[in-house]
Amino acid sequence: MQELPVAARAFVSSVLVAAGAVLVLCLVRFSSTYLGTLLPLVGMVILANVAWPQHPHVRVNISLAMPIALASVLLLGPFGAPFVGAANAVAPSDFAWYARLYNAAMGAICAFLSGLAYVAVGGALLGNDGTFTVQHMLWPALVASAVYEVVNTVLIVAVIALTNRVSPLAVWFGALAELALPAFMYSTFGLILAVIWSYVGAISAVLVLAPLTVARWVFAAFELRQEAYEATMRSLIKSVETKDLYTRGHSERVSRASVLIGRRSGMREDRISSLRYAGMLHDVGKLGVPTSVLQKAGKLTEDEFEAIQQHTVRGREITKDLEFLGEAIEGIHLHHERIDGRGYPLGLKGTEIPEFARIIAVADAFDSMTTTRSYRGARSVEDAVVELRACKGSQFDPVMVESLVEAIDSEGWDVSDTIDSDTVLPLENVPSFASDDDDPTVAERLGLPSAAPDDASELDSDTVAHGLEEGS
Amino acid sequence: MSQERDLRPVGPLLVAAALAVVTAVAVTVSQGVPQVWVALAFGLFIAMGEVLRITLPGGRQAAPLAAAGSLAFALLPIYPDVEGRPSIALAVTVVTVGSVVGAFPSALVGRGMHLDELARRIITTLIAAAIFEPVLPHVAADPRLPDWKLALAMMVAAAVAAVADAVLAAGLRSSMSHSPLRTAVSDEVHALLGIASAITATGVLSALAVPKMGLIALPVFAVPLLLTQFSFRRYATIDATYLQTIRSLSKVTEVGGYTEIGHSRRVARLAVMIGREMGVNESNLTDLEYAALMHDIGQLSLTEPIPGGATTMVAPVDQRRIAELGAEVIRQAGVLDHAALIVERQADPYRPHRGQLDTALPVESRIIKVVNAYDDLVGASLESDRKLRAIERLQLGIDREYDPVVVDTLSRIIDRQADYAY
Repeated sequence: MQELPVAARAFVSSVLVAAGAVLVLCLVRFSSTYLGTLLPLVGMVILANVAWPQHPHVRVNISLAMPIALASVLLLGPFGAPFVGAANAVAPSDFAWYARLYNAAMGAICAFLSGLAYVAVGGALLGNDGTFTVQHMLWPALVASAVYEVVNTVLIVAVIALTNRVSPLAVWFGALAELALPAFMYSTFGLILAVIWSYVGAISAVLVLAPLTVARWVFAAFELRQEAYEATMRSLIKSVETKDLYTRGHSERVSRASVLIGRRSGMREDRISSLRYAGMLHDVGKLGVPTSVLQKAGKLTEDEFEAIQQHTVRGREITKDLEFLGEAIEGIHLHHERIDGRGYPLGLKGTEIPEFARIIAVADAFDSMTTTRSYRGARSVEDAVVELRACKGSQFDPVMVESLVEAIDSEGWDVSDTIDSDTVLPLENVPSFASDDDDPTVAERLGLPSAAPDDASELDSDTVAHGLEEGS
Repeated sequence: MSQERDLRPVGPLLVAAALAVVTAVAVTVSQGVPQVWVALAFGLFIAMGEVLRITLPGGRQAAPLAAAGSLAFALLPIYPDVEGRPSIALAVTVVTVGSVVGAFPSALVGRGMHLDELARRIITTLIAAAIFEPVLPHVAADPRLPDWKLALAMMVAAAVAAVADAVLAAGLRSSMSHSPLRTAVSDEVHALLGIASAITATGVLSALAVPKMGLIALPVFAVPLLLTQFSFRRYATIDATYLQTIRSLSKVTEVGGYTEIGHSRRVARLAVMIGREMGVNESNLTDLEYAALMHDIGQLSLTEPIPGGATTMVAPVDQRRIAELGAEVIRQAGVLDHAALIVERQADPYRPHRGQLDTALPVESRIIKVVNAYDDLVGASLESDRKLRAIERLQLGIDREYDPVVVDTLSRIIDRQADYAY
């Protein structure tokens, strides 16, 4: 307990003392006629904690002990239920001894206060005889479960906030807010368990806990599946990147930068999630470009250059059946469009280009510039920002550029997973334009047949040809 | 998973269910319906449950709330306010009418009614009610004051009905998709164990509570099951997305010109059909499907595509190299190890040394090897001549390269498809 901050230690100690007082009071007031109900309930809490321990991979858990404690409130009242809540102390967890004691104390206090509330609003103990009317216990039961929820939440939030020295509101919004409604729904189990228990005794536990266990099991399976899904997606995307050493981690970073821009623009969370996938998959069409072309050293022919440009169209072909991607599909398709209409594949202008595509274009160029490529070293974030701003309105949507700059200013940017710089050409050879090396401007500057001859002579053409082969 | 559904076996089941319904309706009409409101409430509950259907893992359809409501009505020990309880005939009638009414909306939008499922529900209700009816007087002197014996009797009746339902479902599945009955039963038990225990528990709980609490118990006791249903729905969504993603990403080899258009999907479809007929269980069938979809992913590491994408045309050493590269990519995911193993061994011969079987070679790999070779020969062609010649060619390789059982099964499936075509 020494590792806790002083305030947290004081708080935990006082909660433990309070719970101790409650239990002593209960020992005095509890009528032993209810022992036949109390003991099986205590046993069930222990069984629930032992047989279904917290799954380490699952973020949100449906606790089986909670509905049992609630049922005990209705069955035993304020002077019996705290014993059931205190049974939470028995759990084969990796928690420290004081954490387990705190859980037990929390259980006892929640049960006690909820029991007092139940009796105060006129709830009668259901006991063992089944002589009650549902109309008379429904409302008190709802009050009891609400009190239980609130006390439970307050005690959890307080201890987390004091231990980690963060604001209680942050704790609540961070982890518990989304649990409030499901937790209230689970309290229905407590009500049902109490009612059925009063008819048929402990066999009701089997009946009530069966659907709950199944729900919990499916829930865990879902979370595992979701993780499996994301891992698979990531590894398949990595297989795009194995074709070209220099783009390692590119998709993940573009995804991250796109999300930064999206959040700055106040995008809804479901669109953000779609944008994340769009960033991850934006170059998936490169899987369709022959490795020989992608890895070719030296100048590309017109056909080969076209093959690289095809990756946007192929990306769309590959992803078009993925319903959950939604807007992301057009983002992948059109991420090489330019605001001035000189991009590909369609040559769209300004707001004709979907929002996702405009975002990915900026994120993509930013990551290309700040990471090491075969023909040049990485540029600093500051240099990249200057370049992005220089191309506002011609190549990029100004709003998206500024959103990215703001986001990086306030949250920083971590360029990880780049290649050692000693294997690449010196920085003098950095081309002086922002981009994205399969950008049409490169073709123009090279004087490739598909575009008008321009100021290609300014550049070391061999260097830029490497850029072409490498892509974004 | 795609499959050719042979609908003939459903016939006898439908006839049995129809007979039961006709008899039940006739008896109900002649006896009249006591407590019309209770019957209506249960019927409505079943209908609503039917509307809220879910898809279970493995593509099974289910309407857990409707099933639980049916069970509750069949097991209702006594009406809320008066003496007496629903007769077996009334239970069958209410369950049928409720289910049909509930299936109406989805039938209207053209999704069709699940007749086989309806038949199963009718027969299950009949079984549960028929077991419970004679036992009731012995376990509850006064059904208004239930005790553990009554609860236990209900649970046993419900459990027997649930097992019967799983066996019926397995029998149908097995004969419709030509899979061995044993595999079908174990698959079905595996898939239904969770949801069936939740349905059983909810049905029994409601039947116990309604006499005391009144009809309000139905919606209250539906909440936990609704929660379970919600979990299943989310699981099914992510499951479908997973398969969708792998299907889409498997197209990359086609888009890049490494393989023929549609190759991986055709291989996956045929491989799953063969696997099912050979008794591969459901979870391995899923891995087989994933592996088949991604079996050419190793080709991405090739600098030049193989002409026509036909891996059977390159040297065995290269085939194996492609298989290993693909397995490496899949293994990186960390969750598809079995699929990776299948891909890794897909190029290995059935009998590497004369007469010596490679016992460690997964049956799924042997299936992919055969189907891959078959599809390289036939492609998207529908000519049955070409198909037969391809099979003949594969049969020449059964001494060493191909598993004869797989080739036989493939040939049976092709024959059957030819039958359907004419």
